[in-house]
Amino acid sequence: MIGFVQNIVDALSLGSIYALAALGIGLLFGILRLINFAHGDFITIGAFALIVPSRNETAVMGIGSLPFIIMVPAVCAIVVIAALMSDRLVFRPLRRASSPTLMVASFSVGYLIQNSILVIFGARPKGIDLWSALGKQIAVGPLRVPQLELVTIGVTLLLMLALSAFLKKTPYGMQIRAAAEDFQMARYLGVKANSAIGVAFALSGILAAAVSLLYISQTGTLTNVLGVPLMLYAFIATVIGGMGSLVGAVVGGFTVGFLAVMLQAYLPDDLRSFRDAFVFGAVVLVLLVRPAGIIPTRALAQRV
Amino acid sequence: MGLLPKLDSSGSVGVAVAARAPNTADSDPIPVMESEAADLVADDITVAFGGLVAIDNVTLRIMRREILGLIGPNGAGKTTLVNCLTGFQRPNKGEIRLGGQIASAWSPQHFRKAGISRTFQAGRLFRDMTVLENVEVTAAGVGRLRQASRRMALEILDHFGIADKAQTIAGTLAYTDERRVGIARALVVAPAFVLLDEPAAGMTNAECDDLMTAISGIPDDFGCGVLIVEHNMRVVMGVCRRIHVLDSGRTIAEGTPSEIQTNRAVIDAYLGTGTPR
Repeated sequence: MIGFVQNIVDALSLGSIYALAALGIGLLFGILRLINFAHGDFITIGAFALIVPSRNETAVMGIGSLPFIIMVPAVCAIVVIAALMSDRLVFRPLRRASSPTLMVASFSVGYLIQNSILVIFGARPKGIDLWSALGKQIAVGPLRVPQLELVTIGVTLLLMLALSAFLKKTPYGMQIRAAAEDFQMARYLGVKANSAIGVAFALSGILAAAVSLLYISQTGTLTNVLGVPLMLYAFIATVIGGMGSLVGAVVGGFTVGFLAVMLQAYLPDDLRSFRDAFVFGAVVLVLLVRPAGIIPTRALAQRV
Repeated sequence: MGLLPKLDSSGSVGVAVAARAPNTADSDPIPVMESEAADLVADDITVAFGGLVAIDNVTLRIMRREILGLIGPNGAGKTTLVNCLTGFQRPNKGEIRLGGQIASAWSPQHFRKAGISRTFQAGRLFRDMTVLENVEVTAAGVGRLRQASRRMALEILDHFGIADKAQTIAGTLAYTDERRVGIARALVVAPAFVLLDEPAAGMTNAECDDLMTAISGIPDDFGCGVLIVEHNMRVVMGVCRRIHVLDSGRTIAEGTPSEIQTNRAVIDAYLGTGTPR
Protein backbone atom coordinates (compact mmCIF):
# COMPACT_ATOMS: atom_id res chain seq x y z
CA MET A 1 0.00 0.00 0.00
CA ILE A 2 2.77 2.42 0.94
CA GLY A 3 4.49 1.50 -2.29
CA PHE A 4 1.34 2.23 -4.25
CA VAL A 5 0.90 5.69 -2.70
CA GLN A 6 4.58 6.32 -3.35
CA ASN A 7 3.99 5.43 -6.99
CA ILE A 8 1.06 7.83 -7.16
CA VAL A 9 3.26 10.69 -5.98
CA ASP A 10 5.86 9.72 -8.57
CA ALA A 11 3.17 9.58 -11.24
CA LEU A 12 1.80 12.99 -10.26
CA SER A 13 5.27 14.46 -10.43
CA LEU A 14 6.10 12.96 -13.83
CA GLY A 15 2.59 13.72 -15.08
CA SER A 16 3.09 17.35 -14.01
CA ILE A 17 6.06 17.73 -16.29
CA TYR A 18 4.24 16.15 -19.21
CA ALA A 19 1.16 18.25 -18.50
CA LEU A 20 3.19 21.48 -18.50
CA ALA A 21 4.90 20.56 -21.75
CA ALA A 22 1.58 19.50 -23.26
CA LEU A 23 0.01 22.82 -22.26
CA GLY A 24 2.71 24.68 -24.18
CA ILE A 25 1.98 22.60 -27.26
CA GLY A 26 -1.79 22.80 -26.80
CA LEU A 27 -1.80 26.60 -26.52
CA LEU A 28 -0.16 27.03 -29.91
CA PHE A 29 -2.21 24.29 -31.51
CA GLY A 30 -5.39 25.92 -30.28
CA ILE A 31 -4.70 29.26 -31.86
CA LEU A 32 -2.47 28.43 -34.84
CA ARG A 33 -3.24 24.78 -35.65
CA LEU A 34 0.52 24.40 -35.30
CA ILE A 35 1.84 21.19 -33.75
CA ASN A 36 5.05 22.72 -32.50
CA PHE A 37 7.65 19.99 -32.54
CA ALA A 38 10.23 22.62 -31.58
CA HIS A 39 8.62 22.89 -28.15
CA GLY A 40 10.96 20.24 -26.75
CA ASP A 41 13.87 22.28 -28.04
CA PHE A 42 12.55 25.39 -26.30
CA ILE A 43 12.84 23.27 -23.17
CA THR A 44 16.43 22.42 -24.12
CA ILE A 45 17.21 26.12 -24.56
CA GLY A 46 15.93 26.79 -21.06
CA ALA A 47 18.23 24.14 -19.67
CA PHE A 48 21.34 25.37 -21.50
CA ALA A 49 20.52 28.95 -20.53
CA LEU A 50 21.72 28.05 -17.04
CA ILE A 51 25.37 27.55 -17.97
CA VAL A 52 28.12 29.64 -19.50
CA PRO A 53 28.39 28.90 -23.24
CA SER A 54 31.51 26.83 -23.89
CA ARG A 55 32.50 23.51 -25.40
CA ASN A 56 34.36 22.43 -22.26
CA GLU A 57 33.43 19.14 -20.71
CA THR A 58 32.59 20.57 -17.34
CA ALA A 59 29.70 22.97 -17.22
CA VAL A 60 30.13 26.29 -15.44
CA MET A 61 26.95 27.76 -14.05
CA GLY A 62 26.22 31.22 -15.43
CA ILE A 63 22.66 32.36 -15.00
CA GLY A 64 22.16 29.19 -12.97
CA SER A 65 24.35 30.56 -10.17
CA LEU A 66 22.30 33.74 -9.78
CA PRO A 67 19.80 34.05 -6.94
CA PHE A 68 16.57 32.19 -7.56
CA ILE A 69 14.55 35.37 -7.90
CA ILE A 70 16.72 36.62 -10.78
CA MET A 71 17.59 33.25 -12.29
CA VAL A 72 14.04 32.03 -12.93
CA PRO A 73 12.87 35.19 -14.74
CA ALA A 74 16.13 35.25 -16.71
CA VAL A 75 15.67 31.68 -17.95
CA CYS A 76 12.04 32.42 -18.78
CA ALA A 77 13.08 35.54 -20.68
CA ILE A 78 15.61 33.62 -22.78
CA VAL A 79 13.12 30.91 -23.75
CA VAL A 80 10.40 33.49 -24.42
CA ILE A 81 12.76 35.41 -26.70
CA ALA A 82 13.58 32.19 -28.57
CA ALA A 83 9.88 31.38 -28.92
CA LEU A 84 8.99 34.88 -30.12
CA MET A 85 11.90 34.85 -32.59
CA SER A 86 10.77 31.55 -34.06
CA ASP A 87 7.32 33.05 -34.51
CA ARG A 88 8.61 36.26 -36.06
CA LEU A 89 11.16 34.63 -38.36
CA VAL A 90 9.49 31.34 -39.27
CA PHE A 91 5.83 31.00 -38.36
CA ARG A 92 4.60 34.51 -39.08
CA PRO A 93 5.71 34.37 -42.73
CA LEU A 94 3.80 31.07 -42.89
CA ARG A 95 0.51 32.38 -41.46
CA ARG A 96 -1.52 31.26 -44.43
CA ALA A 97 0.22 27.91 -44.71
CA SER A 98 -1.51 24.61 -43.95
CA SER A 99 -1.09 22.70 -40.70
CA PRO A 100 1.29 20.10 -42.17
CA THR A 101 3.50 22.87 -43.57
CA LEU A 102 3.63 24.51 -40.16
CA MET A 103 4.48 21.19 -38.56
CA VAL A 104 7.36 20.57 -40.95
CA ALA A 105 8.57 24.12 -40.31
CA SER A 106 8.50 23.40 -36.58
CA PHE A 107 10.69 20.33 -37.15
CA SER A 108 13.20 22.56 -38.93
CA VAL A 109 13.17 25.06 -36.08
CA GLY A 110 13.75 22.15 -33.70
CA TYR A 111 16.71 20.76 -35.65
CA LEU A 112 18.16 24.24 -36.01
CA ILE A 113 18.05 24.70 -32.23
CA GLN A 114 19.49 21.22 -31.54
CA ASN A 115 22.39 21.74 -33.91
CA SER A 116 23.06 25.31 -32.84
CA ILE A 117 23.41 24.02 -29.28
CA LEU A 118 25.73 21.31 -30.57
CA VAL A 119 27.93 23.95 -32.21
CA ILE A 120 28.02 26.26 -29.20
CA PHE A 121 28.13 23.78 -26.33
CA GLY A 122 29.75 20.72 -27.92
CA ALA A 123 28.41 17.20 -28.19
CA ARG A 124 29.28 15.74 -24.79
CA PRO A 125 26.55 15.56 -22.14
CA LYS A 126 27.23 17.89 -19.22
CA GLY A 127 26.28 17.32 -15.64
CA ILE A 128 24.97 20.25 -13.65
CA ASP A 129 23.70 20.63 -10.16
CA LEU A 130 20.48 22.59 -9.87
CA TRP A 131 18.70 22.75 -6.52
CA SER A 132 20.21 19.47 -5.35
CA ALA A 133 19.13 20.36 -1.85
CA LEU A 134 15.62 19.57 -2.99
CA GLY A 135 16.65 15.96 -3.56
CA LYS A 136 16.22 15.36 0.18
CA GLN A 137 13.35 13.14 1.09
CA ILE A 138 10.81 14.23 3.59
CA ALA A 139 8.74 11.86 5.63
CA VAL A 140 5.00 12.19 5.32
CA GLY A 141 3.75 9.59 7.77
CA PRO A 142 5.24 6.33 6.58
CA LEU A 143 5.91 7.83 3.12
CA ARG A 144 9.28 9.18 2.11
CA VAL A 145 8.74 11.72 -0.65
CA PRO A 146 11.51 13.58 -2.45
CA GLN A 147 10.93 17.29 -1.86
CA LEU A 148 11.55 17.89 -5.52
CA GLU A 149 8.49 15.90 -6.50
CA LEU A 150 6.31 17.97 -4.21
CA VAL A 151 7.84 21.17 -5.62
CA THR A 152 7.19 19.93 -9.14
CA ILE A 153 3.56 19.17 -8.41
CA GLY A 154 3.10 22.48 -6.58
CA VAL A 155 4.73 24.56 -9.30
CA THR A 156 2.62 22.84 -11.93
CA LEU A 157 -0.58 23.53 -10.06
CA LEU A 158 0.41 27.17 -9.61
CA LEU A 159 1.28 27.58 -13.27
CA MET A 160 -1.95 25.96 -14.39
CA LEU A 161 -3.97 28.26 -12.13
CA ALA A 162 -2.01 31.29 -13.34
CA LEU A 163 -2.49 30.32 -16.98
CA SER A 164 -6.17 29.74 -16.45
CA ALA A 165 -6.54 33.12 -14.70
CA PHE A 166 -4.61 34.81 -17.50
CA LEU A 167 -6.80 33.29 -20.18
CA LYS A 168 -10.02 34.04 -18.29
CA LYS A 169 -9.38 37.40 -16.73
CA THR A 170 -7.17 39.42 -19.04
CA PRO A 171 -8.14 40.98 -22.37
CA TYR A 172 -5.22 39.19 -24.03
CA GLY A 173 -6.37 35.89 -22.62
CA MET A 174 -9.86 36.49 -23.87
CA GLN A 175 -8.55 37.33 -27.32
CA ILE A 176 -6.45 34.15 -27.36
CA ARG A 177 -9.47 32.06 -26.44
CA ALA A 178 -11.60 33.74 -29.07
CA ALA A 179 -8.92 33.24 -31.71
CA ALA A 180 -8.44 29.61 -30.67
CA GLU A 181 -12.13 28.94 -31.12
CA ASP A 182 -12.80 30.73 -34.39
CA PHE A 183 -9.77 32.45 -35.82
CA GLN A 184 -11.51 34.05 -38.83
CA MET A 185 -14.35 35.42 -36.74
CA ALA A 186 -11.98 36.70 -34.07
CA ARG A 187 -9.96 38.56 -36.67
CA TYR A 188 -13.12 40.03 -38.14
CA LEU A 189 -14.21 41.21 -34.72
CA GLY A 190 -10.95 43.08 -34.31
CA VAL A 191 -8.72 40.66 -32.40
CA LYS A 192 -5.18 41.49 -33.43
CA ALA A 193 -4.05 38.13 -34.70
CA ASN A 194 -0.32 38.68 -34.57
CA SER A 195 -0.29 40.02 -31.05
CA ALA A 196 -2.60 37.28 -29.79
CA ILE A 197 -0.34 34.67 -31.40
CA GLY A 198 2.75 36.41 -30.02
CA VAL A 199 1.32 36.26 -26.50
CA ALA A 200 0.54 32.57 -27.00
CA PHE A 201 4.16 31.93 -28.07
CA ALA A 202 5.41 33.86 -25.03
CA LEU A 203 3.17 31.82 -22.71
CA SER A 204 4.33 28.60 -24.27
CA GLY A 205 7.93 29.82 -23.76
CA ILE A 206 7.31 30.41 -20.06
CA LEU A 207 5.81 26.93 -19.72
CA ALA A 208 8.82 25.45 -21.54
CA ALA A 209 11.22 27.29 -19.21
CA ALA A 210 9.39 25.91 -16.18
CA VAL A 211 9.73 22.40 -17.58
CA SER A 212 13.45 23.02 -18.21
CA LEU A 213 14.12 23.93 -14.60
CA LEU A 214 11.99 21.18 -13.06
CA TYR A 215 13.34 18.53 -15.40
CA ILE A 216 17.00 19.51 -15.07
CA SER A 217 16.78 19.65 -11.31
CA GLN A 218 15.67 16.00 -11.48
CA THR A 219 18.06 14.68 -14.10
CA GLY A 220 21.04 17.01 -13.78
CA THR A 221 22.21 16.19 -17.31
CA LEU A 222 22.34 18.54 -20.28
CA THR A 223 22.32 17.24 -23.84
CA ASN A 224 21.32 19.00 -27.03
CA VAL A 225 18.37 16.62 -27.45
CA LEU A 226 17.12 16.51 -23.88
CA GLY A 227 13.78 18.02 -24.86
CA VAL A 228 13.02 15.52 -27.61
CA PRO A 229 11.59 12.67 -25.51
CA LEU A 230 9.66 15.21 -23.42
CA MET A 231 8.17 16.64 -26.59
CA LEU A 232 7.21 13.16 -27.75
CA TYR A 233 5.40 12.31 -24.53
CA ALA A 234 3.80 15.74 -24.33
CA PHE A 235 2.61 15.47 -27.92
CA ILE A 236 1.05 12.12 -27.18
CA ALA A 237 -0.53 13.69 -24.12
CA THR A 238 -2.16 16.40 -26.23
CA VAL A 239 -3.41 13.81 -28.72
CA ILE A 240 -5.04 11.52 -26.16
CA GLY A 241 -6.28 14.52 -24.18
CA GLY A 242 -7.92 15.99 -27.27
CA MET A 243 -5.98 18.30 -29.60
CA GLY A 244 -6.85 21.91 -28.98
CA SER A 245 -8.25 21.44 -25.50
CA LEU A 246 -6.05 22.80 -22.71
CA VAL A 247 -7.88 20.78 -20.08
CA GLY A 248 -7.35 17.82 -22.36
CA ALA A 249 -3.61 18.54 -22.52
CA VAL A 250 -3.39 18.46 -18.73
CA VAL A 251 -5.51 15.32 -18.45
CA GLY A 252 -3.43 13.70 -21.20
CA GLY A 253 -0.18 14.70 -19.50
CA PHE A 254 -1.18 13.11 -16.23
CA THR A 255 -2.54 10.04 -18.03
CA VAL A 256 0.78 9.45 -19.77
CA GLY A 257 2.65 10.10 -16.52
CA PHE A 258 0.52 7.58 -14.66
CA LEU A 259 0.85 4.97 -17.39
CA ALA A 260 4.62 5.34 -17.45
CA VAL A 261 5.11 5.17 -13.68
CA MET A 262 2.59 2.42 -13.01
CA LEU A 263 3.80 0.21 -15.83
CA GLN A 264 7.36 0.73 -14.65
CA ALA A 265 6.33 -0.34 -11.16
CA TYR A 266 3.99 -3.22 -11.89
CA LEU A 267 5.11 -4.80 -15.13
CA PRO A 268 6.90 -8.13 -14.66
CA ASP A 269 10.68 -7.62 -14.60
CA ASP A 270 11.19 -9.25 -17.99
CA LEU A 271 8.83 -6.81 -19.65
CA ARG A 272 9.91 -3.66 -17.88
CA SER A 273 12.42 -2.69 -20.53
CA PHE A 274 9.57 -2.66 -23.01
CA ARG A 275 7.60 -0.23 -20.89
CA ASP A 276 7.23 2.39 -23.62
CA ALA A 277 5.67 -0.15 -25.96
CA PHE A 278 2.98 -0.73 -23.33
CA VAL A 279 2.52 3.02 -22.79
CA PHE A 280 2.01 3.58 -26.50
CA GLY A 281 -0.17 0.49 -26.75
CA ALA A 282 -2.44 1.99 -24.10
CA VAL A 283 -2.48 5.24 -26.07
CA VAL A 284 -3.64 3.33 -29.13
CA LEU A 285 -6.41 1.78 -27.06
CA VAL A 286 -7.53 5.19 -25.79
CA LEU A 287 -7.66 6.51 -29.34
CA LEU A 288 -9.61 3.50 -30.57
CA VAL A 289 -12.28 4.24 -27.99
CA ARG A 290 -12.12 8.01 -28.24
CA PRO A 291 -10.60 9.00 -31.60
CA ALA A 292 -10.91 12.73 -30.87
CA GLY A 293 -9.23 12.38 -27.48
CA ILE A 294 -10.51 12.24 -23.95
CA ILE A 295 -11.86 15.80 -24.14
CA PRO A 296 -12.71 16.48 -27.79
CA THR A 297 -12.98 20.10 -28.93
CA ARG A 298 -15.62 21.57 -31.17
CA ALA A 299 -13.05 23.83 -32.76
CA LEU A 300 -11.15 20.83 -34.06
CA ALA A 301 -14.25 19.19 -35.46
CA GLN A 302 -15.06 22.31 -37.42
CA ARG A 303 -11.73 23.11 -38.87
CA VAL A 304 -9.64 20.02 -39.43
CA MET B 1 -33.31 66.07 -53.62
CA GLY B 2 -35.36 68.51 -51.63
CA LEU B 3 -37.53 65.57 -50.69
CA LEU B 4 -34.89 63.99 -48.58
CA PRO B 5 -35.20 66.09 -45.43
CA LYS B 6 -38.81 64.95 -45.28
CA LEU B 7 -37.53 61.53 -44.44
CA ASP B 8 -36.68 62.52 -40.91
CA SER B 9 -39.86 64.31 -40.07
CA SER B 10 -42.65 62.79 -42.10
CA GLY B 11 -44.07 59.37 -42.52
CA SER B 12 -44.01 56.70 -45.12
CA VAL B 13 -44.79 58.76 -48.19
CA GLY B 14 -41.56 60.70 -47.96
CA VAL B 15 -39.69 57.49 -47.36
CA ALA B 16 -41.11 55.88 -50.44
CA VAL B 17 -39.92 58.72 -52.59
CA ALA B 18 -36.55 58.87 -50.94
CA ALA B 19 -36.05 55.21 -51.70
CA ARG B 20 -35.61 56.07 -55.31
CA ALA B 21 -33.08 58.78 -54.62
CA PRO B 22 -30.02 56.65 -55.44
CA ASN B 23 -31.16 56.20 -59.01
CA THR B 24 -31.71 59.86 -59.66
CA ALA B 25 -28.53 60.75 -57.85
CA ASP B 26 -26.31 58.88 -60.29
CA SER B 27 -25.99 61.77 -62.68
CA ASP B 28 -25.32 64.30 -59.98
CA PRO B 29 -24.01 62.61 -56.87
CA ILE B 30 -22.29 65.51 -55.16
CA PRO B 31 -25.27 67.32 -53.60
CA VAL B 32 -26.64 64.03 -52.35
CA MET B 33 -23.38 63.19 -50.66
CA GLU B 34 -23.48 66.54 -48.94
CA SER B 35 -26.82 65.88 -47.35
CA GLU B 36 -26.27 62.18 -46.75
CA ALA B 37 -22.61 62.13 -46.01
CA ALA B 38 -22.93 58.95 -43.98
CA ASP B 39 -25.07 56.69 -46.18
CA LEU B 40 -24.07 53.15 -47.06
CA VAL B 41 -24.67 52.59 -50.76
CA ALA B 42 -24.47 49.69 -53.16
CA ASP B 43 -24.40 51.44 -56.51
CA ASP B 44 -25.44 49.34 -59.49
CA ILE B 45 -23.48 46.29 -58.36
CA THR B 46 -23.24 42.93 -60.05
CA VAL B 47 -21.82 39.76 -58.52
CA ALA B 48 -21.31 36.62 -60.56
CA PHE B 49 -20.02 33.27 -59.35
CA GLY B 50 -18.75 31.73 -62.56
CA GLY B 51 -21.75 31.79 -64.86
CA LEU B 52 -24.26 32.29 -62.08
CA VAL B 53 -25.26 35.90 -61.61
CA ALA B 54 -26.12 36.26 -57.92
CA ILE B 55 -26.64 40.03 -57.96
CA ASP B 56 -27.62 41.78 -61.14
CA ASN B 57 -27.29 45.58 -61.29
CA VAL B 58 -28.68 46.22 -57.85
CA THR B 59 -28.70 49.66 -56.25
CA LEU B 60 -29.52 50.04 -52.60
CA ARG B 61 -29.01 52.82 -50.10
CA ILE B 62 -29.19 52.55 -46.33
CA MET B 63 -29.53 55.79 -44.46
CA ARG B 64 -28.38 56.57 -40.94
CA ARG B 65 -31.19 56.06 -38.45
CA GLU B 66 -33.51 54.10 -40.70
CA ILE B 67 -34.47 50.45 -40.72
CA LEU B 68 -34.41 49.06 -44.23
CA GLY B 69 -35.82 45.62 -44.94
CA LEU B 70 -34.26 43.36 -47.55
CA ILE B 71 -36.51 40.49 -48.58
CA GLY B 72 -36.83 38.02 -51.40
CA PRO B 73 -37.34 34.31 -52.01
CA ASN B 74 -34.53 31.87 -51.26
CA GLY B 75 -31.59 32.36 -53.58
CA ALA B 76 -32.58 35.93 -54.39
CA GLY B 77 -29.10 37.17 -53.48
CA LYS B 78 -29.85 38.80 -50.12
CA THR B 79 -26.90 37.38 -48.23
CA THR B 80 -24.59 38.03 -51.18
CA LEU B 81 -25.68 41.66 -51.10
CA VAL B 82 -25.02 41.83 -47.36
CA ASN B 83 -21.62 40.26 -47.99
CA CYS B 84 -20.86 42.99 -50.53
CA LEU B 85 -21.89 45.69 -48.07
CA THR B 86 -19.56 44.28 -45.40
CA GLY B 87 -16.48 43.41 -47.45
CA PHE B 88 -16.97 39.63 -47.50
CA GLN B 89 -17.68 39.70 -51.22
CA ARG B 90 -16.31 42.00 -53.85
CA PRO B 91 -18.74 43.14 -56.52
CA ASN B 92 -17.66 42.36 -60.09
CA LYS B 93 -19.17 45.58 -61.24
CA GLY B 94 -20.47 48.70 -59.54
CA GLU B 95 -19.40 50.36 -56.33
CA ILE B 96 -19.94 50.13 -52.62
CA ARG B 97 -19.77 53.57 -51.04
CA LEU B 98 -19.73 54.63 -47.45
CA GLY B 99 -20.28 58.31 -46.90
CA GLY B 100 -19.06 59.03 -50.42
CA GLN B 101 -15.88 56.99 -50.00
CA ILE B 102 -15.46 54.10 -52.41
CA ALA B 103 -15.35 50.98 -50.27
CA SER B 104 -15.66 48.20 -52.88
CA ALA B 105 -12.18 46.82 -52.27
CA TRP B 106 -12.13 47.14 -48.48
CA SER B 107 -11.51 44.08 -46.34
CA PRO B 108 -14.19 43.00 -43.84
CA GLN B 109 -11.99 44.40 -41.07
CA HIS B 110 -11.80 47.73 -42.85
CA PHE B 111 -15.59 47.86 -43.16
CA ARG B 112 -15.86 47.14 -39.46
CA LYS B 113 -13.43 49.86 -38.52
CA ALA B 114 -15.39 52.24 -40.71
CA GLY B 115 -18.51 51.43 -38.69
CA ILE B 116 -20.27 48.67 -40.63
CA SER B 117 -21.18 45.81 -38.37
CA ARG B 118 -23.11 42.63 -39.11
CA THR B 119 -24.53 39.43 -37.71
CA PHE B 120 -24.33 36.01 -39.32
CA GLN B 121 -27.05 33.50 -40.06
CA ALA B 122 -25.15 30.82 -38.20
CA GLY B 123 -24.66 33.11 -35.22
CA ARG B 124 -20.96 32.28 -34.99
CA LEU B 125 -20.63 33.05 -31.32
CA PHE B 126 -17.57 31.84 -29.45
CA ARG B 127 -19.36 28.86 -27.97
CA ASP B 128 -16.88 28.06 -25.22
CA MET B 129 -16.90 31.61 -23.87
CA THR B 130 -19.52 33.32 -21.72
CA VAL B 131 -22.10 35.66 -23.21
CA LEU B 132 -20.41 38.62 -21.54
CA GLU B 133 -17.01 37.60 -22.89
CA ASN B 134 -18.42 37.25 -26.39
CA VAL B 135 -19.54 40.84 -26.33
CA GLU B 136 -16.58 42.08 -24.34
CA VAL B 137 -13.93 40.63 -26.63
CA THR B 138 -15.60 42.44 -29.51
CA ALA B 139 -15.53 45.75 -27.68
CA ALA B 140 -11.88 45.14 -26.80
CA GLY B 141 -11.28 44.31 -30.46
CA VAL B 142 -11.96 47.91 -31.42
CA GLY B 143 -9.50 49.14 -28.84
CA ARG B 144 -11.71 49.75 -25.82
CA LEU B 145 -10.07 49.34 -22.47
CA ARG B 146 -11.01 46.48 -20.20
CA GLN B 147 -13.30 48.42 -17.88
CA ALA B 148 -15.00 50.28 -20.70
CA SER B 149 -15.47 47.06 -22.70
CA ARG B 150 -17.12 45.33 -19.79
CA ARG B 151 -19.37 48.25 -18.95
CA MET B 152 -20.49 48.64 -22.56
CA ALA B 153 -21.04 44.91 -22.90
CA LEU B 154 -23.23 44.80 -19.81
CA GLU B 155 -25.23 47.83 -20.91
CA ILE B 156 -25.93 46.35 -24.28
CA LEU B 157 -26.88 42.94 -22.88
CA ASP B 158 -29.26 44.73 -20.57
CA HIS B 159 -30.76 46.55 -23.53
CA PHE B 160 -31.55 43.24 -25.17
CA GLY B 161 -32.89 41.73 -21.98
CA ILE B 162 -30.19 39.12 -21.57
CA ALA B 163 -28.10 40.69 -18.81
CA ASP B 164 -29.10 37.82 -16.54
CA LYS B 165 -27.39 35.41 -18.92
CA ALA B 166 -24.09 37.32 -18.93
CA GLN B 167 -22.21 34.46 -17.27
CA THR B 168 -23.81 31.69 -19.33
CA ILE B 169 -21.55 29.76 -21.69
CA ALA B 170 -22.64 30.82 -25.18
CA GLY B 171 -22.74 27.25 -26.47
CA THR B 172 -25.51 26.37 -24.04
CA LEU B 173 -27.81 29.27 -24.93
CA ALA B 174 -31.24 28.81 -26.41
CA TYR B 175 -31.31 29.54 -30.10
CA THR B 176 -33.20 32.80 -29.69
CA ASP B 177 -30.84 34.10 -27.01
CA GLU B 178 -27.95 33.22 -29.30
CA ARG B 179 -29.44 35.60 -31.89
CA ARG B 180 -29.77 38.34 -29.33
CA VAL B 181 -26.14 37.95 -28.29
CA GLY B 182 -25.15 38.11 -31.95
CA ILE B 183 -26.98 41.41 -32.33
CA ALA B 184 -25.53 42.75 -29.07
CA ARG B 185 -22.08 41.82 -30.31
CA ALA B 186 -22.67 43.68 -33.55
CA LEU B 187 -23.86 46.80 -31.74
CA VAL B 188 -21.30 47.04 -28.96
CA VAL B 189 -18.80 48.72 -31.27
CA ALA B 190 -21.20 51.67 -31.79
CA PRO B 191 -21.48 51.08 -35.53
CA ALA B 192 -22.86 53.55 -38.08
CA PHE B 193 -24.74 50.70 -39.75
CA VAL B 194 -25.65 47.25 -38.61
CA LEU B 195 -26.70 44.50 -41.01
CA LEU B 196 -28.81 41.74 -39.49
CA ASP B 197 -28.93 38.49 -41.44
CA GLU B 198 -32.18 36.66 -40.59
CA PRO B 199 -32.34 37.60 -36.91
CA ALA B 200 -35.80 36.09 -36.41
CA ALA B 201 -35.18 32.72 -38.06
CA GLY B 202 -36.71 29.98 -35.96
CA MET B 203 -38.35 32.30 -33.44
CA THR B 204 -41.90 31.95 -32.15
CA ASN B 205 -44.35 34.84 -32.52
CA ALA B 206 -43.83 35.93 -28.92
CA GLU B 207 -40.06 35.88 -29.37
CA CYS B 208 -40.44 37.84 -32.60
CA ASP B 209 -42.39 40.52 -30.72
CA ASP B 210 -39.51 40.97 -28.27
CA LEU B 211 -37.03 41.04 -31.11
CA MET B 212 -39.10 43.61 -33.02
CA THR B 213 -39.17 45.91 -30.02
CA ALA B 214 -35.41 45.60 -29.65
CA ILE B 215 -34.71 46.19 -33.34
CA SER B 216 -37.11 49.12 -33.62
CA GLY B 217 -35.18 50.86 -30.88
CA ILE B 218 -31.79 50.47 -32.53
CA PRO B 219 -31.75 53.63 -34.70
CA ASP B 220 -32.61 55.92 -31.80
CA ASP B 221 -30.75 54.09 -29.07
CA PHE B 222 -27.57 53.45 -31.02
CA GLY B 223 -27.75 56.15 -33.65
CA CYS B 224 -27.20 53.74 -36.48
CA GLY B 225 -28.91 52.58 -39.64
CA VAL B 226 -30.18 49.01 -39.84
CA LEU B 227 -30.48 46.64 -42.77
CA ILE B 228 -32.51 43.59 -41.88
CA VAL B 229 -32.64 40.49 -44.06
CA GLU B 230 -35.59 38.41 -42.94
CA HIS B 231 -38.08 35.86 -44.17
CA ASN B 232 -40.54 36.49 -41.38
CA MET B 233 -42.88 39.04 -42.97
CA ARG B 234 -44.46 39.99 -39.67
CA VAL B 235 -41.08 41.16 -38.42
CA VAL B 236 -40.16 42.92 -41.66
CA MET B 237 -43.48 44.67 -42.03
CA GLY B 238 -43.47 45.57 -38.36
CA VAL B 239 -40.06 47.23 -38.05
CA CYS B 240 -39.23 48.59 -41.51
CA ARG B 241 -40.51 51.78 -43.02
CA ARG B 242 -38.88 50.93 -46.30
CA ILE B 243 -38.40 47.56 -47.95
CA HIS B 244 -36.21 46.44 -50.82
CA VAL B 245 -37.21 43.27 -52.65
CA LEU B 246 -34.82 41.08 -54.61
CA ASP B 247 -35.67 38.16 -56.83
CA SER B 248 -33.09 36.15 -58.77
CA GLY B 249 -30.50 38.83 -58.09
CA ARG B 250 -32.60 41.74 -59.40
CA THR B 251 -34.43 44.50 -57.60
CA ILE B 252 -38.12 43.92 -58.28
CA ALA B 253 -39.61 46.48 -55.91
CA GLU B 254 -38.87 49.00 -53.22
CA GLY B 255 -41.25 50.98 -51.09
CA THR B 256 -43.24 51.07 -47.89
CA PRO B 257 -44.57 47.87 -46.33
CA SER B 258 -48.08 48.56 -47.62
CA GLU B 259 -46.78 49.22 -51.13
CA ILE B 260 -44.75 46.04 -51.07
CA GLN B 261 -47.67 43.97 -49.79
CA THR B 262 -49.78 44.97 -52.78
CA ASN B 263 -46.99 44.97 -55.34
CA ARG B 264 -47.79 42.60 -58.22
CA ALA B 265 -44.15 41.66 -58.94
CA VAL B 266 -43.52 40.81 -55.28
CA ILE B 267 -46.61 38.66 -55.02
CA ASP B 268 -45.62 36.87 -58.22
CA ALA B 269 -42.07 36.30 -56.96
CA TYR B 270 -43.28 34.76 -53.73
CA LEU B 271 -46.32 32.88 -54.94
CA GLY B 272 -45.54 32.29 -58.60
CA THR B 273 -47.36 33.80 -61.55
CA GLY B 274 -49.37 30.75 -62.43
CA THR B 275 -47.57 30.58 -65.75
CA PRO B 276 -43.97 29.43 -66.19
CA ARG B 277 -41.60 32.37 -66.18
